[in-house]
Amino acid sequence: MKARHFDISAQPGFATVAMLTFVLLYLPIVTLVVYAFNAGNSIALWEGFSLRWFISAAQNERVQEASIRSLVVAAIAATIATLAATMAALATTRTRPYRGLTFKYAFINQPLMVPEIVTAVALLIVFSRIKVWTGYSGIGYLLAAHTAFCIPFAYLPIRARLEGMDLTLERAAADLYARPWMTFRRVTLPLLRPGIIAGFMLAFVISLDDVVITEFVKSAGQETLPTYMLGQLRRVVTPEINAIATAFLALSVAIVTIFFFVNRKKA
Amino acid sequence: MQSRSPGRRFLLRDRIALLPSLMALVTIIFETARRQERVAANGWNVPGQADRNAIEIRDVRKVFGSGENPVVALDTVSVPIRENEFFTLLGPSGCGKTTLLRLIAGFDFPTSGEILLYGRDIAPLPPYKRPVNTVFQSYALFPHMTVAQNIAFGLEMLGRPKAETDARVAEMLKLVRMEQLASRRTSQISGGQQQRVALARALAPQPKVLLLDEPLSALDYKLRKEMQIELKRLQHETGITFIFVTHDQEEALTMSDRIAVMSAGRVLQVGAPREIYDSPADRFVADFIGESNFLRAEMAGMNGARARARLASGVEIEARLPEGFSPGESVTVVVRPEHAQLVAADFDSSMPGTIENIVYLGTDTHFHLRLDGGEAFVVRRQNSPNAASTFEKGARVGILIGSTAAQILRD
Repeated sequence: MKARHFDISAQPGFATVAMLTFVLLYLPIVTLVVYAFNAGNSIALWEGFSLRWFISAAQNERVQEASIRSLVVAAIAATIATLAATMAALATTRTRPYRGLTFKYAFINQPLMVPEIVTAVALLIVFSRIKVWTGYSGIGYLLAAHTAFCIPFAYLPIRARLEGMDLTLERAAADLYARPWMTFRRVTLPLLRPGIIAGFMLAFVISLDDVVITEFVKSAGQETLPTYMLGQLRRVVTPEINAIATAFLALSVAIVTIFFFVNRKKA
Repeated sequence: MQSRSPGRRFLLRDRIALLPSLMALVTIIFETARRQERVAANGWNVPGQADRNAIEIRDVRKVFGSGENPVVALDTVSVPIRENEFFTLLGPSGCGKTTLLRLIAGFDFPTSGEILLYGRDIAPLPPYKRPVNTVFQSYALFPHMTVAQNIAFGLEMLGRPKAETDARVAEMLKLVRMEQLASRRTSQISGGQQQRVALARALAPQPKVLLLDEPLSALDYKLRKEMQIELKRLQHETGITFIFVTHDQEEALTMSDRIAVMSAGRVLQVGAPREIYDSPADRFVADFIGESNFLRAEMAGMNGARARARLASGVEIEARLPEGFSPGESVTVVVRPEHAQLVAADFDSSMPGTIENIVYLGTDTHFHLRLDGGEAFVVRRQNSPNAASTFEKGARVGILIGSTAAQILRD
């Protein structure tokens, strides 16, 4: 009997291509993780198992400082971005379609489309002017920049969730004497929560991961973990970099896993 | 001193005896005050007249869109809906019945006209200020709440005390027979149970009017029949005015006290099920409610509420005559299939025709006939175990229409 549907996994060469993709994707990561546990000083020559590079990284004050800065920036930027994104998502879905709405989508999602290097250069120019005018050179610039490019990442899952939500539920709440604010608090917000959490997580990870804009915007001594790692790679490369990267990877996986379980329980 | 002593003693005893009645009085005053407060909390004090309208739709128009192609969803609709009535808005999809319901609920606002709730115009009010609750077609139960939380929602929003809310929720759960499932999530119960929760939730705040938007359409046949009876029971027990929207004429006929038949944004007829079925006001109503045979005819004679109509075949039949017709006018005669009888072809004053098809339907049989004038005609006959059909396909027969079976309609 002939298959009624086109099944791509039944095509010749499918398994080969799939395997090749997986190997290319994961082999470098596996290598990186393995050498994080190397006892020697090389990132290419295995000399036995050890945790020394993790310990060394953890004791490195510059790593500590950069890690804390990264986490603080990511947390604040993701929070503000999620707030703004939630409001933007509500404003663009809880309205009748009007001329210019598509333009607004594009406007909100601008950071996804404009090359990051362009934004980075633009911010560098503007911020350096502001620095001259105000004399302020604190972490505010980094926070502002991260918040801005995190907004679309937070916006997309929230909007998707809002669009999938049954509007009748809000109507039912209003029918049952809930004023608009109560409807939002008691019905819309609880149902939106998985979308908001997803948006926040995504924004958090994106901020944590950013190199290009951070590199351009940061003032002297404002290294985040990625820019610190980039700086280190220009000098001596030891498995300490692998250890930091592995810890970073573990954190990302942990965040995604937590999110997955939180979401599944809700659903 | 001595003379006043018994008097004083009596007074004391009297006071003690009075105490329970005093307490009862205080309780009554308290209860009354609370009840007053409850009405006030809802914001609606119902005037105490008998035989009043719960809702009165007055010249309501609803136009969607503007400019070149505005869509008239409701075209100057006026309907009074009485208190404690099971009132049905019946019509095909797109007739405006759901639009009208949405206007009463407050999800949309009329372009012009008034919607009076016990004499007060509610048309401009938002839904949360109307003592009207809705049972949605999709139920719209809050998925993040339990059954009990869903039912309590309206009372909470009205700011009722916790104890009162809990008691009312328990009462509602009992009313819809869902006590065991109070703490379940709404996704963990069946469609029929969800339906009952939606009902309980809408009834819990004791609305003045309950709106039901095709609430039975998602249920299977048997459950639908059960819920029809359940709805009637709830309406009877709660004494709340129900406004029910459906496109199912059978549902409308079985459940309603009165029906408004709607088509293309207009109300064509308002009346009791029997009235609408037996004397439809126009051709659309006759066609939409039940089955009908339509015959072209000419007014041959009039006598008050009776008329003689000359059919295309030349046969004259007697028919009921609504007002406003003149002799010689060309009209339509409507006859229900179950009100016509098959007789022998040469039977006196019967319409001659030929049986084209016979359809057996269990409870009855449909005879599809072709009249000599060329028009189609259906006769329905109830089946009985001991009377076999004597009419065969292709046979020439006569159709006898009783003097009360036919009605004149405008062409």
